[in-house]
Amino acid sequence: MRVRFWGTRGSLPVSLTAEDIKNKIVDALLAAAGRNLKTRADAEAFVERDLPFAISHTYGGNSSCVELDIGTEEYVLCDLGTGVRPFGLHVLARKGPRTRCTFHVFLSHLHWDHIMGFPFFPHAYIPGNRIVIYGCHNGIEEALRRQHAAPCFPVDFSGLPAKIEFVKLEPGKRSRHAGLDVTPKRQLHGGDSYGYRFEHGGKVVVYSTDSEHKTDDAGSTQDVVKFFRNADLVIFDAMYSLADTVSVKEDWGHSSNVVGVELCQLARAKHLCIYHHEPVYNDVQIASVLQETLRLEEITRGDHPLRVSSAYDGLEIAV
Amino acid sequence: MQVTAVRHADVLVVAVTGRIDYMNAEDFKSALQPYLANCAAGGDRVVLDLSRLEYVSSAGLRVLMIAAKDARVRKGTLVAVSLQPVVREIFEISRFTLVFDVFDSVQDALRAISPGAAAASRSG
Repeated sequence: MRVRFWGTRGSLPVSLTAEDIKNKIVDALLAAAGRNLKTRADAEAFVERDLPFAISHTYGGNSSCVELDIGTEEYVLCDLGTGVRPFGLHVLARKGPRTRCTFHVFLSHLHWDHIMGFPFFPHAYIPGNRIVIYGCHNGIEEALRRQHAAPCFPVDFSGLPAKIEFVKLEPGKRSRHAGLDVTPKRQLHGGDSYGYRFEHGGKVVVYSTDSEHKTDDAGSTQDVVKFFRNADLVIFDAMYSLADTVSVKEDWGHSSNVVGVELCQLARAKHLCIYHHEPVYNDVQIASVLQETLRLEEITRGDHPLRVSSAYDGLEIAV
Repeated sequence: MQVTAVRHADVLVVAVTGRIDYMNAEDFKSALQPYLANCAAGGDRVVLDLSRLEYVSSAGLRVLMIAAKDARVRKGTLVAVSLQPVVREIFEISRFTLVFDVFDSVQDALRAISPGAAAASRSG
């Protein structure tokens, strides 16, 4: 299975500013001082090898959208944040507008940042495409129709040529869809959110975003540990610091890198990918959170090493 | 996990020993509570001696956060001292160093929050 991240930003899509770009170029030029970079290949090798990711790249700014590729012709997505637009453009570029496609979309919840990409999903405007939207909430269809309705958007949902279906899932109940065994779990978030445990070919990917995993109740913690148990990859909302989640941002519905490491260690998960980045953070700050998370894993490691990474728009992980 | 205390004048030095994780965080909360009961303006100042705390998880940090918030509401003084390197890093990564005043030693804390207690601890 391959997991591709098309949108990784929490709450609100963001973009780099002119000042951000200028600072990256200045930092790169300073780092390149004295280097003998004569060709484009020299420069590219220097950028890839010697510059920190936060200078040479960006974590990106699209809101939540993750693709699970199990090698079939049909597509599987988690959430319809603005990342679904570049995903759709990518599929169009590869397959062209005439190829009829089927998309299976698992929605964590209906907050705007998780559905706002749908009006810009090109395949919804092409007859013959099929889009199946799964979730545990009531009112998913209504929420999607509402954001297409005037005066918010010029094309009404009823005018979308693609065939759009809705499938209601039950929390805690495992079922098979699009070649995957899928188990949703209710999570603590305003209006509830649902995490998904996807199993395919002996591999497990957990998508757990917009969830405040409080660890003060041992029973709830055990439930989450069971949900994460032996996962090959856990995609985890680590939007805030732990101190924030137990003080000023308590009950805002998000978790921290510290809790992500703890839960994955308890569950003996193999890989924690921190996700749903705070929109206020720039690339250097997100990279700093990653470094601290790597260090936390190192100093608290028992007999089970946990790989830690940070999601960015364009990241692909082989599971 | 053990919690014990020694008094120096108006300061209670509360020593926490062992590991605190999600399984024993409630026990830690219960054990700590009596020592914080009078942590308020004009009452006890409390120094948490964490020199023998080997590990603290998010659940344990949550207990400390609640204690800090309660102390702040009651205008009491609650500080932490002598963090082992691992615990200090956990505090820093969790941003708890922004919540707690952390001192290198009990004596440093006593000098900062209660010179009378510092003198009492030296003589006693």
